[in-house]
Amino acid sequence: MMQKSRRLNGDSVFDIFNLIFMCFIILITLYPFYYVIVSSFNEPIDLLNGPVYLWPRKFSLSNYAYVLQDEKILNAAFITVSRTIIGSVSAVLFTAAFAYGISKPRLLGRRFFIGMALVTMYFSGGLIPTYILIAHGLKLQGNFLVFIIPNLFNAFNAFVMLSFFRGISSEIEESARIDGANDIIIFFKLILPVSTPILATIALFNGVFHWNSWFDALLYGGRKLETLQQYLVKSIQSANVNAKAASYVSTLTVSSTSVRLTTMVITAFPIVIAYPFLQRYFVKGIMIGSLKG
Amino acid sequence: MILVLPVILWMIIFNYIPMLGLVISFKEYDPYLGPLEGFIKSRWVGFNNFAEAFTDKYFISSLWNTIYYSILNLVIGFPIPIIFAILLNELTNVRFKKFVQTVSYLPHFISWVFVVGFIYVLFAVDNGLLNGLLLKFNLTEEAIPFLATPKYVPPIVVLFNIWKSFGWNSIIYIAAITNIDPTMYEAATVDGAKRFAKIWYITLPSIKPTVVILLIFSIGSMISPNFGLFEQMYLLTNPMIQDVTEIVDTYTYKMGIVLSRYSYATAVGLFRSVVAVILLTGANFTSKKLTGESLF
Repeated sequence: MMQKSRRLNGDSVFDIFNLIFMCFIILITLYPFYYVIVSSFNEPIDLLNGPVYLWPRKFSLSNYAYVLQDEKILNAAFITVSRTIIGSVSAVLFTAAFAYGISKPRLLGRRFFIGMALVTMYFSGGLIPTYILIAHGLKLQGNFLVFIIPNLFNAFNAFVMLSFFRGISSEIEESARIDGANDIIIFFKLILPVSTPILATIALFNGVFHWNSWFDALLYGGRKLETLQQYLVKSIQSANVNAKAASYVSTLTVSSTSVRLTTMVITAFPIVIAYPFLQRYFVKGIMIGSLKG
Repeated sequence: MILVLPVILWMIIFNYIPMLGLVISFKEYDPYLGPLEGFIKSRWVGFNNFAEAFTDKYFISSLWNTIYYSILNLVIGFPIPIIFAILLNELTNVRFKKFVQTVSYLPHFISWVFVVGFIYVLFAVDNGLLNGLLLKFNLTEEAIPFLATPKYVPPIVVLFNIWKSFGWNSIIYIAAITNIDPTMYEAATVDGAKRFAKIWYITLPSIKPTVVILLIFSIGSMISPNFGLFEQMYLLTNPMIQDVTEIVDTYTYKMGIVLSRYSYATAVGLFRSVVAVILLTGANFTSKKLTGESLF
């Protein structure tokens, strides 16, 4: 009896506090998303009467009807989806080819190439030289390829893949080589199919990167190539201007807050929805990467 | 060989040519000559661009702000993933543990634009989430203009930086803790060790190497380009809080991209990289002397 009550005092108190702390963590992590979603479904003029914390006061879909009728957001969504799909598939193939190549000890200059890739992880020319190269040198400004080509390769991802390729047994390759297959056929027909877990992981990293990036759209995109994130940036910035103006003028423009909330939900929606199903791939990727590094 | 060739070419074009381009920080790059001609023919000016930066009070203040935010992020943001990982490890229910872990990574995958959008919603004067609550419980007489008051901006920025990263940053510690030999805990239990004693004498010493390595990394990258911070500042800034939102990244962007002062902005960037290398080697050296752990 004595034993048990002492345990209750020490470890159980700790357990209870830990449990409360973790619930608090869950709350502060998820509530922002919940709040934004709930507010976006509230009637815009009614939202001006004060924030809604738990449930829409006046349920309405008018925000979504308003935002989705804007041709610009549909165009932005098209650009974002295209760059996410094309960008991640091409980057994965491009990076995998390199990683597979340097996983073979017989490659001439292998150590030199690995060194070259390592250097890029720690040193770069920085914002301006890269900008001059892409905008003035390669004249990619306003071209959709500006989202794809500069993001084709990432040394960190290459090293994650490298450690995976090293684990593939070389026996299948040898037998294929005896049958007369060359490196390229072996890479596409043999290596890629058995590497789907790592390819999926890297593709997801790239996909999230493409989905979320807006700075390259700001630098090189122009009006025609506006992405979803950039559309949201504009909606945030205009809402601020309007909110300031609104305090002097009328209540009409303040519903730009509702427009902003709705745009936020639309831009984050795919990631939040896909996340629970995909998160184990992300974690696997960082684990392989961190064990290496 | 054919497989690696495309990436080699790509690295030369997109990584090594821009590195060569750093040379223009010692020149007065003339954009009208075109990129190649401008790079070769522009006039050499020695250290003039660097000298100019140090006489510009806006640059100096952006530098101090960068250092200030980095120190805040490091001091407050560095221990939190460690504490979180240790507490997570103490949870007994495996499914709940997995759930908390999964939830904590989510903000890492959400764009900064969304996060800043939420910051605006949370701290807005009219119908802001926080002001709404403060007024409701009579904690304030009138709404506080958080995002137009310089003293509130640093805590907000650092808070959301931590909110977005703590879960993801804890992964590596969770992995380190998982690798601890469970027989050590069993032996300690037999010896009658309590929860805190186990954390203090087993968990912490076991993850110390990981902690030290990551601390060196954090110190080394203190002044490096911080895209998350740039996005926050770029999107949050307004004339009222300009003094606290100007960091080296926004300064470089304004000088280089907005004003097209290419050489000057490149010089600012190069100066920053040099400081970063000094910080990294300094942190590495100190750690080698004090703890025996080092990166290189």
